[in-house]
Amino acid sequence: MTGPQGHPALTTEAVAARLKGRYRSERRFRLACLAAVVLALSFLAALFASIVGKGHSAFRQTHVALDIHFDAETIDPTGERDPETLASANYNTLVRAALSELFPGVTSRSEKRQLYGLISGGAAFDLQDMVMADPSILGETRRLWLLSSDDADMLVKGHIPRDVPEAERRVSDFEIGWLDALDDRGRVERRFNTRFFTSGDSREPEMAGIWGAAKGSLYTMLVTLLLSFPLGVATAVYLEEFAPRNRITDLIEVNINNLAAVPSIVFGLLGLAVFLNFFHMPRSAPLVGGLVLSLMTLPRIIIPARAALTAVPPSIREAAYGLGASPMQVIFHHVLPLALPGILTGTILGMSQALGESAPLLMIGMVAFIVDVPQGIVDPSTVLPVQIYLWADSAERAFVEKTSAAIIVLLGFLILMNLGAVILRRRAERSW
Amino acid sequence: MKKSLVLTGAILLTAAAAAHAQRDQIRIVGSSTVYPFSTKVAEQFGRTTRFKTPVVESTGSGGGIKLFCAGVGIEHPDIANASRAIKGSEVAQCHANGVTRITEVKIGYDGIVIANARRADQIRISLRDLWLALAKSVPAGEGRLQANPHRTWKDVNPSLPAIEIEVLGPPPTSGTRDAFVELAMEGGCQSFAWIKALDGSDKNRYKEVCHTIREDGAFIEAGENDNLIVQKLEANPAAFGVFGFSFLDQNSDKLRGSFVDGVEPTFENIAGGSYPISRPLFFYVKGTHVGVIPGIAEYLSEFTADRAWGDDGYLADAGLIPMPVEERHRVGNEARTLANNVAP
Repeated sequence: MTGPQGHPALTTEAVAARLKGRYRSERRFRLACLAAVVLALSFLAALFASIVGKGHSAFRQTHVALDIHFDAETIDPTGERDPETLASANYNTLVRAALSELFPGVTSRSEKRQLYGLISGGAAFDLQDMVMADPSILGETRRLWLLSSDDADMLVKGHIPRDVPEAERRVSDFEIGWLDALDDRGRVERRFNTRFFTSGDSREPEMAGIWGAAKGSLYTMLVTLLLSFPLGVATAVYLEEFAPRNRITDLIEVNINNLAAVPSIVFGLLGLAVFLNFFHMPRSAPLVGGLVLSLMTLPRIIIPARAALTAVPPSIREAAYGLGASPMQVIFHHVLPLALPGILTGTILGMSQALGESAPLLMIGMVAFIVDVPQGIVDPSTVLPVQIYLWADSAERAFVEKTSAAIIVLLGFLILMNLGAVILRRRAERSW
Repeated sequence: MKKSLVLTGAILLTAAAAAHAQRDQIRIVGSSTVYPFSTKVAEQFGRTTRFKTPVVESTGSGGGIKLFCAGVGIEHPDIANASRAIKGSEVAQCHANGVTRITEVKIGYDGIVIANARRADQIRISLRDLWLALAKSVPAGEGRLQANPHRTWKDVNPSLPAIEIEVLGPPPTSGTRDAFVELAMEGGCQSFAWIKALDGSDKNRYKEVCHTIREDGAFIEAGENDNLIVQKLEANPAAFGVFGFSFLDQNSDKLRGSFVDGVEPTFENIAGGSYPISRPLFFYVKGTHVGVIPGIAEYLSEFTADRAWGDDGYLADAGLIPMPVEERHRVGNEARTLANNVAP
């Protein structure tokens, strides 16, 4: 070391050498930080790439064009166009007749079974809907694009390999031959999968949709928002603006912070014990799901709301009091409006967390197979993350792409909500 | 704010009360193994009858039976699915809560397969090999046990390949694990006469020896999701997986089932009863709810119709192994007349 009495040239040299070292270590630190960001982003990119790569094909579904003859004899033998008769007719026979007409050589029972298996069982319901809506088409022949079965769809999309021996795949050589023959005649097409966005769950992958789960999520979130937002904001206002600082309020504060860290499954158990077993509320209902999730969301709203209220400068309150405003006027006219952006940001983040939650819903019966789209907050329903879980657990290969597609939809909602939070914060940010 | 709060509360409570007054939808709970079959029938039933589609919850056999046995009334489920028969203690619980009329319906079989990737070699193992490979402790001479020393399949049986033992299987919470342990592990350990003799003398010790799976990394608990096991087997040709037959059926282009005791896990072999690791599947109906909740009798008819559980039925397409035709007739008749009442 060079002391204050040392040689001046030596001192500057030592400083310069140390400075170099300091710059170097700073560069290293910056690089390490950058590497962390790059690593995190690449994980995220890999996740998105895998999900989109697997899921994008689910938005288009294979359809087969068949000339369906709406045979009045088969569907309405009495000729009275009675809705009851039209509803109970066997529309599968129309599809089968059209297929047999295209492939007259197929006669054996097992081959016929395979041939008819190319078209989804759901096609018959579509035909039924058409006839019910307009009985005058009876007797006509129309070329219609009908939904193919999941195996045929997987083959067309290339998820079932053609080059392995016949015994090792789910689709036989016959089926591949028929599909190729149809394709050569321009009768196979991938069309936009509207059903995926408009129908409820199904065990047939080609007929499964997320609308039921999405609507269940919507109702659940609505109940959560209606309960947790007013309760959370009122709690935050009381604790910040009115409550004296003493042991009891300290205790409450500690409890709220603890509640935010409780694993979500615990709330599910609580919901089962309180809402289902004690209050006898219905199982699988968005109402109960919303109640459970609002318990979970409450602390996540209260904590940022309190922070937002504290951030409002005391001078604003004092100025309002100075002009003769009552405490309620101070809060409603001045403090709350100024704190609202922060409160809303916290609320949106809490809600998006609740949207992705599935564990607490297991206990209250929302992990369930539900075909009917819920029409209210007490109808049995499921939610988006649960739907993803159920599909991921299904054996049928076609559910792999459906699972990823549902994840894309859920991620879309989450990104929208978080984006909303960011925009709100940007818009309403104030500096005092 | 207060007003809106009170108002919301009031609306919620009235809505809940209104929904609670009646139920026109069947509620089914229980096993995740029966879930794919139960839901298939439920959907078909909902689309082809005037009744609503039943709600099917996947809670696991034990959890489902617990809910089922909680009482009689519209807030309790009507049907419980189970991948094992109901236990005596559970029936007693049911009776204690007033659920006295329980009809058992056997629906068919599920095979449990040991499979690996297609690009690896197919192996032929016996239940004895399987137990020796996966048990926590194995015999070291007559009457003595040692911690499982086997590292490769060749250590277990010289005719097997010299690859490290790596088996992905279900966790203890799963019904598939219970069945695997009871059918495969126990079957293998019974091939040792002195261990089999323990069953009579020291039941607890016998269970501990036969049912405990090694925990040194050779057996990997892969979670409840069988699709995950399929993916991992594809990536690692040295690994084997334990899961239900329907997943092998759906992934026959990627996976191959191993011969067990000389029998390949095919649909025919499991249905014929020659494949050793298969178990019956059931559901239980609450007799007092039939006629109160609309559609239960019709649901039973749909499930026990040949187009559903028959040899060419849609449940067979989904991977259920049907019962022989005479047994189907008998069980079907008993189910439709609610004759097969489980006694405590």
